[in-house]
Parts: sequence; C-alpha cells; structure tokens
Amino acid sequence: MSSLTQPAAAVPGRFGPYGGRYVPETLMAPLEELERAYEAAKADPVFRAEFESLLKNFAGRPTPLQHAGRLSAHLAGPKIYLKREDLLHTGAHKINNAIGQGLLAVRMGKPRIVAETGAGQHGVASATVAAKLGLQCTVYMGTEDMARQALNVARMRMLGAEVIGVESGSRTLKDAINEAMRDWVTNVRTTHYLLGSVLGAHPYPTMVRDFHSIIGREAKQQILAAEKRLPTHLYACVGGGSNAIGLFHEFLADRAIKLVGIEAGGRGTHLGEHAARLAAAQGYSGARPGVLQGTYTYVLQTADGQIAATHSVSAGLDYPAIGPEHAWLADEKRAEYSAVSDTQALAAAKLLARLEGIIPALESAHALAGLIERLPQFSKDDLVIVNISGRGDKDMDTYARLL
Amino acid sequence: MITANAKTTRIAKRFAELRARGEMGIVAYITAGDPSLDATLRYVLALAEAGADVIELGVPFSDPVADGPTIQRASERALKSGATLAGVLDLVRRIRQTCEIPLVLFSYYNPILQMGLEKFAAAAAAAGADGVLVTDLTPEESADYRRILAARGLDTIFLAAPTSTDERLAKIAACSSGFLYLISRTGVTGAQEALPEDLPALVRRLRAVSPLPIAIGFGISLPGHVSILGGLADAAVVGSALVSEIAKAATPEAAAAALAARMRALKDAARRGLSRRENAS
Repeated sequence: MSSLTQPAAAVPGRFGPYGGRYVPETLMAPLEELERAYEAAKADPVFRAEFESLLKNFAGRPTPLQHAGRLSAHLAGPKIYLKREDLLHTGAHKINNAIGQGLLAVRMGKPRIVAETGAGQHGVASATVAAKLGLQCTVYMGTEDMARQALNVARMRMLGAEVIGVESGSRTLKDAINEAMRDWVTNVRTTHYLLGSVLGAHPYPTMVRDFHSIIGREAKQQILAAEKRLPTHLYACVGGGSNAIGLFHEFLADRAIKLVGIEAGGRGTHLGEHAARLAAAQGYSGARPGVLQGTYTYVLQTADGQIAATHSVSAGLDYPAIGPEHAWLADEKRAEYSAVSDTQALAAAKLLARLEGIIPALESAHALAGLIERLPQFSKDDLVIVNISGRGDKDMDTYARLL
Repeated sequence: MITANAKTTRIAKRFAELRARGEMGIVAYITAGDPSLDATLRYVLALAEAGADVIELGVPFSDPVADGPTIQRASERALKSGATLAGVLDLVRRIRQTCEIPLVLFSYYNPILQMGLEKFAAAAAAAGADGVLVTDLTPEESADYRRILAARGLDTIFLAAPTSTDERLAKIAACSSGFLYLISRTGVTGAQEALPEDLPALVRRLRAVSPLPIAIGFGISLPGHVSILGGLADAAVVGSALVSEIAKAATPEAAAAALAARMRALKDAARRGLSRRENAS
C-alpha cells in the first residue's frame, strides 16, 4: 500500500502539514464526539448498508461513466469519458455526503442540521436528506449567491428547509460557512453541522472525502469494464474540492495516473479577481498557507492575514481556501492544479451542451475547460475521465445572460 | 518549561491584588482600530482610569466566527480604517507610554501566523503586551505557540467552554497562564439578558483542575450580571456592551465618556455587589 493513501497516519486529520482543528473551544468536544461517531459508524455494517441503500435507491447510484464520442472526436485529443454525477438526485455529487452525514446526525441523536451553501447544490442536498430522514434543516447562503442561484433557493424552501441569507463580508460561500459555524456553536447540543466540502476542522475533510470516494470506486470498475485499462488522466473542478477528492481517492496509489484539479480563474490574476489557491505558477496571486474556518491550508489572503475577496462566475468555486488534502497533494506533486477563466468555463459548458447534450453546472464546466486548455499535451492513446459533478439547471440564468 | 512569568506579569500581579482585596476584577474588551487606532488609545486610557483591571485588545479579523454581530461590525469598521496586527502592536506601545494596565491581545490565529510566531511574540513583548488569547487555537494545536510566547514572558490564555469535558478543562488549564477565560454559554460573543443556570457547576469543574484566576465572559453586559458573578468568578469580561457604546457614540469624546461611565458602574458592582433586580435597559 502506498503511503499516499494513509497520509500522516500518526496524526489523524493531518495531511502533511495541512488540516488539523482550529476552532473555538466550544466546538472541540462536539468535534471529538463527531469523530468517534463517524469511526463507529464506518465500522458498523448496519450503517454502511443503510448508506449504500440510500445511495442506490434514493440518490440513484451508480452513476454512468459515459463515453463522450462527439466531444472526443471534436477535440481530436484523448478519449474522453464523463462521470455523470449530474444525473444524481438533486443534480450533483453533493447528495453522497449529505446522505452520509444525515445518517450520522440521526445516529448521534441530533434532531437538527445546519448547512452552508454556495451554488445551492449542497443546500438542496442537505434539505433533501433532512426531509427524507425527518430532520430540521437550516441553510445559510450568501445573498449574492441567493440572487444568482434563485432556483435552488426555491427548491430548498419547497423541501421544508429554512434558508437564511447572509449579508456579511462578500455575501458568498465563505460568509455562509461563518454563519453556519456561529449557529452550530450556539445550538451545538441539538445540532449537527452538515459541512458540504472537504474543508473545516478534523474529521470533516476525511469524513466528507470518504462519503464521496464512491465516485472513484465506481469510475475505476466502469473504465476497466469499458476499456480494459485504467485511465491516464482524471479531471475535476476544485472549490473546496469534494468532487475532485471523491474521484481521485481511489486512484491515489497509482502514480502513473495524472490527477488534475481545475480552480476558478475568474476574471484575472490579481487578488480579488479569482479563486485560484494552487495556481501561482500561472500568475494567480495571494495564496499562502494559513488558517481559515478550522483548517490549515492554502488561503487567498492579504499580506497581514486578512482573508481576501474572491471572484468566480461559479458560486460553488468562489471560495478563498482549498481542502487541506488537496494542499498536500499539490505539495507532494501527486496532483496538479491550475485555473481557467470564467470565459473558458462558459465556452466549455456550451461545447458540452452542443456536442453531448449535457448542460453541466458552471463548476463542472471548469473541469472540461481545464482539459481543453491542456489539449496539446495529450496523445491519442490517453484516456481521460472528467467528473461532471453537477447539472446546469441552476445556472440557466447565467448561461442565458452570458452565452 | 518556562513558568516563571506566571508570577511576574502585570496580569498575575493584578489578580493577586484583587484577591488580596477580596474584589472581583473587570476585564474590558474593545476592538482595536474601531473606529481608529487613535480612538482606541483614548478608550483604553479612559477605561483604565475608570477602574478596568485588564484590557483585551481585539485584533480585527475578516472572518470572526466566534463573534456575534456587534463585534463582527466593529471588526469591519476597524479593517476599513486600516487596522492591522502590526498597527495594534504599535498601539500597545503607545498605551505603555502612559499606562501600566494589564493588556491582553485577543486575536484569531491567521494574522499571528502570517506575521510569524517568533516575530509576533518578540514584537508583542517589546511593545508591552502581557498576554495573548487566540480564539481559534486550542491546546492541541498550540505547542509551538506556547513555547515561543512563554520564552518572551507572555501569558497564554486559553478558552474553556460549557461543552469542555473535565479532561479538556485539565488540558486547557495546563496550557494557560495569567488567567483562564471561561465562556459562560454555548454561542458567540454578544450581550444577553440572563446568565445560564449551570454556570456555578461549570466554574466548580474548572476550579477543581486549576488554581489560576477565572474570568467569565460572553453575554456579560450589566452591573447586575457582575454582581451575580461575585464570589463565583475572579473577573467578569465585558465586551459587546462596550463595543456598542463605541458604535453608538457620535464622537470619540462621547464614546470615551460613555465607556468610562459604563466601567464605573460595572466596577462599583464588582466592588460592592448589587441587587439582581436591576433593569436591563
């Protein structure tokens, strides 16, 4: 077994120097309780069976791995497969983690969940699982994001969740997480914080990764069945990085497979114009290791340690920090990260719609745009899986306006 | 291990004096740089003059997850005015030119981390700070931080919470010097009407593991709260109530006068003990 599958096993929650637990003391005992509950659940066949049953019968797993024939022919580069997480119930991979943590909340006897959401996909997934499991649900969402993802706000409310707009800071994902943490710290005895990405304090980055690792396990079986060989490259977009780590995890030990995470390059390389934390080589400025919202990782920030504003056309990628495991995979050169612009992502979305009949989420469009940018580096023999982490219904206003 | 400073800092000295007089202390929190560092200098001197025992200077941070709306808005105002950690350290230096009140820097971890632990500890000690409390740093992640701050004679104050297990309280006590900051209730900072009923039991659990003075904060705003804490805590921390005075005042002069009046009322309650039937206006 490669050491890469068990980073820093001596220190749970650490990925090399990254990760850890940087929270107000009030949250420490609840995090320890969550860690114990998760470890026990993981080892419990009843929990696993329930999780797998809901993934299959409620969420719609397994998702197809689809050969993108017309897209491959058009690009005249590698052979491209799409992992169709967009076909899941609620429209994105986020439901995998929401089911896992929802079951955990029930197991811990917490009648209420709080969640943050950027694009609204995690909020919808959380509201959906809360309805299914009979939990109370409050979702925090920046008012800037509520405006650009209005459809998802309506969905959450129809599912019975309370959606609270967050007016502070940049009124996007980061501020929604702050507010969800404040709610959690206040109601911690009755409430589970259903964090939606591989961010935050231990055990979240590990736990959320584990709940999404089904993506990579399925993809590996499916590509072997279809092509009788492993892929040469995996592409996924990276905001916090949950769909990317979900796809990558199963393939980490095989160093021949290139793992590529695509960040949001926004509208420029200056601090404030982008959300690229690991793309300094392309000139994106302002990222250094630091502590934000419970974890030590690469953070976009000013020289004196204030967290910077970010921009992306995609609400789900518009966040100043990256999951700590990605920071470590980048340092170790096990995965590569680069950024594409808003414009490139929009063009990729249009191309996928026209050639394959799939309107992807703006987030997922970044993954495809990253592949297109690197097209000259591929040979005909390369075999690529692109994670289509979500569908584009929620982005139709943006597409209609900008395309 | 360096523990000698626990006996010699201004903080330890002040708590020893309070104990000798049988008096409860008042720890006053204000956000540095709200609305300017010059104004904060004036406020600190006014609070000290009016009887505050310890001043906590909040270092503004863009993402204050442990704070309620009052201090969030103060942080935003301070950042807008250009306050930085380096600026706050310079403010400490200026306070020290005329005032010997114990000073604690109250910060989130990232600004300190970006300055660098060594550089921060050296600068804070040279400026005349006595202790540091980092809201989002717990004993588990703090080994380097404690070693480096202790080497400069700075007290490291950690938060204890109602959710902390006895095992955690012992760990927190072992990592702290100067005093212990006990959070009165689950939640963020901000003024409240009533104090939680389980507070005495929580204080007893903390006393059982540490001889350090205990300051109780979060939700303390009124002289009535202070008198209830008499006999329970060594000090009461008042923050959002003071920050509100600053936000309300039309001029820095008016704010300084309002802070001084508030502090005198709180300190009177701490000295004498007041009736609990005070109205919450």
